[in-house]
Amino acid sequence: MSYSVTEPSPRQKWLAGTLVILYAVITMIPLLWIMMTGFKTPPDSISYPPKVFFEPSVEGYVNLFTTRTRVSPEQLESLPPPENFAEEIVRNRDMVIAGPSKFAGRFLNSVIIGFGSTFLSIFLGTLAAYAFSRFRIPLADDLLFFILSTRMMPPIAVAIPIFLMYRKLGLSDTHLGMILLYTAVNISLAVWLLKGFIDEIPREYEEAALIDGYTRFQAFYKVVLPQAATGIASTAIFCLIFAWNEYAFAVLLTSGTAQTAPPFIPTIIGVGGLDWPAIAAGATLFLLPVMIFTVMLRKHLLRGITFGAVRK
Amino acid sequence: MAEIVIRNLRKEFGDFTAVRESSFTIADGEFFMLLGPSGCGKTTTLRMIAGLELPTGGEIFLDGEEISQRPPSQRDIAFVFQMFALYPHMNVRRNISYPLISQGMKRRDVRAKVAEVAGILGIEDILNKPVGGLSGGDRQRVALGRAIVRDPKAFMMDEPLGALDAEFREHMSEELRALHDRMGATTVYVTHDQLEAMQMGDKIVVMNNAVVEQFGTPQDIYDKPATLFVADFIGSPSMNFLHFDGHIEAGQSNATIGNTPFAVPQQLESSNGKLVLGVRPEHITLSDEASLRAQVLAVEYLGTTQIVLLQCEYGDLKARVDSALTVSVGDQVGISFKADTITLFNSDSGKAIRSVLNDLALNNSGISSSTDNDSSGNGDHHHG
Repeated sequence: MSYSVTEPSPRQKWLAGTLVILYAVITMIPLLWIMMTGFKTPPDSISYPPKVFFEPSVEGYVNLFTTRTRVSPEQLESLPPPENFAEEIVRNRDMVIAGPSKFAGRFLNSVIIGFGSTFLSIFLGTLAAYAFSRFRIPLADDLLFFILSTRMMPPIAVAIPIFLMYRKLGLSDTHLGMILLYTAVNISLAVWLLKGFIDEIPREYEEAALIDGYTRFQAFYKVVLPQAATGIASTAIFCLIFAWNEYAFAVLLTSGTAQTAPPFIPTIIGVGGLDWPAIAAGATLFLLPVMIFTVMLRKHLLRGITFGAVRK
Repeated sequence: MAEIVIRNLRKEFGDFTAVRESSFTIADGEFFMLLGPSGCGKTTTLRMIAGLELPTGGEIFLDGEEISQRPPSQRDIAFVFQMFALYPHMNVRRNISYPLISQGMKRRDVRAKVAEVAGILGIEDILNKPVGGLSGGDRQRVALGRAIVRDPKAFMMDEPLGALDAEFREHMSEELRALHDRMGATTVYVTHDQLEAMQMGDKIVVMNNAVVEQFGTPQDIYDKPATLFVADFIGSPSMNFLHFDGHIEAGQSNATIGNTPFAVPQQLESSNGKLVLGVRPEHITLSDEASLRAQVLAVEYLGTTQIVLLQCEYGDLKARVDSALTVSVGDQVGISFKADTITLFNSDSGKAIRSVLNDLALNNSGISSSTDNDSSGNGDHHHG
């Protein structure tokens, strides 16, 4: 850690604090607006001027998780009293719940594909980075450049070949296909980041373990892995954020069983008019896993973001 | 407890030769120093004995068994690293018990063994602390604890005091030596500090440029250097050299520099051309009668002795003389050398010329193995 030489004056601290808070507020306004919209009723969500103060409602969330059909007032009269709060909210709009929506399934797909590809990227990336860091590999520099070169164009530039390839291989619209695709994109990032972190871990630790009677692999996972935890955590966050938010390939390659949440959320628009609260509710829920994951690994991330520069 | 025999050991990293055909023997229970400037191959040699590097050629015998190609875990050798290399994610107790855990020792036995080692090293009170906050000395003790806890056949130490403060180093080197005397285990110790090597070692190997320059006791290495490098590297201030052209005949007991004759130990080899006369600072006497004249350039007062920097026509000399002697800068003095301590060198080969003084030491030095390959019998001499 480095500290500035002179202690900042209270006034400087106050100024710095204000600036940081101001910046945080500005960047958080869109997020906050989405979260608020999720708790508005559809009329409130499109009212003009926009409402900052409103009566909260869970209608957006109910709409997100259900499909509904419109019924006539007479039919509505003839129905038994609503069984739960969701039914009640829906009936206020002259509708009944027809069944669950696909959101839960799509969300689960995102979780499987996002975390699956993150795990695979980190697993392969750590092994590759360790090998590049510790062993004499012929053409190591060229191989590393080659690995990085996969990132030198936007992945979507190869969308059509991949689309055709996946159709031939039967990987279209499968979890495995999406996991492999995101892993292929993330692995170069993982190898390069992790190599930097592993380079920083002194070899003596492993050598001590070898001397103490462990095999090289035992030395790797008992001594190197715990030391690389910071790097692994921050690399995992980057990989997860990419896989989680990826939209273009998801639209192109998935439509049903393996469709992830990003392409699904906009389709809610078409279901019952412009249902902004439902979309906002979907976006809010979609944010949560990455946020929770990041907060969980926050301790590592703060040190990890500096790419090992502050290791002692 | 083990004897280690190194025979024609060689290590190449690509085009770079780190160690060239080295042979020496480390007797059972010896405190053995590998000494040399940085990059001379001493650490590589140590790492090859421990198994952290595999030799390109040659053999390493541990207790008669050839081990040069075995993984470190199958050699039963402990290693103390310069930067300690304590596992940072474990506390002191776990660090020390780690080698025992790998052997599958029962938890109760591990606890007992760790407690015993902690007692020897005086670190019982820090057993449950994380290693991060420890002082350098305590870290060193923990690293030693991790080494001695499994009773290995031999210890390798790579400049273990190098990372400590100067004042603490003295104390720790005594502690180390005492620990060795108590355990009696063969110890190989790498250092670039010649004082440390002289002070602690039973035997010393001096290496330079991937070659073993000399192998012997500290006394032999100091008094009977086998090469110009050893003579220059050992001692502070180091040996003085007078360069001259001349001719030495076997059986001769004097050398003539210019017109000044000097008595030297009886020579056993003849040599020609560019020669060097080597004399230790403490073997130079200032006397008015001597025919070799010199001018005093500087005087450095050291308490009981003083170092006098002299200039004569064959070069500068440093003499260590009694402080009681009054010497002032600018004085013209005569200098003479203590004859039976002088070593003559051949300037081109850099090697000492055999005389009655160094004959035995040169036979033991292992130096011949670097020039020719009939060194198969060379590995077996060590004094008892």
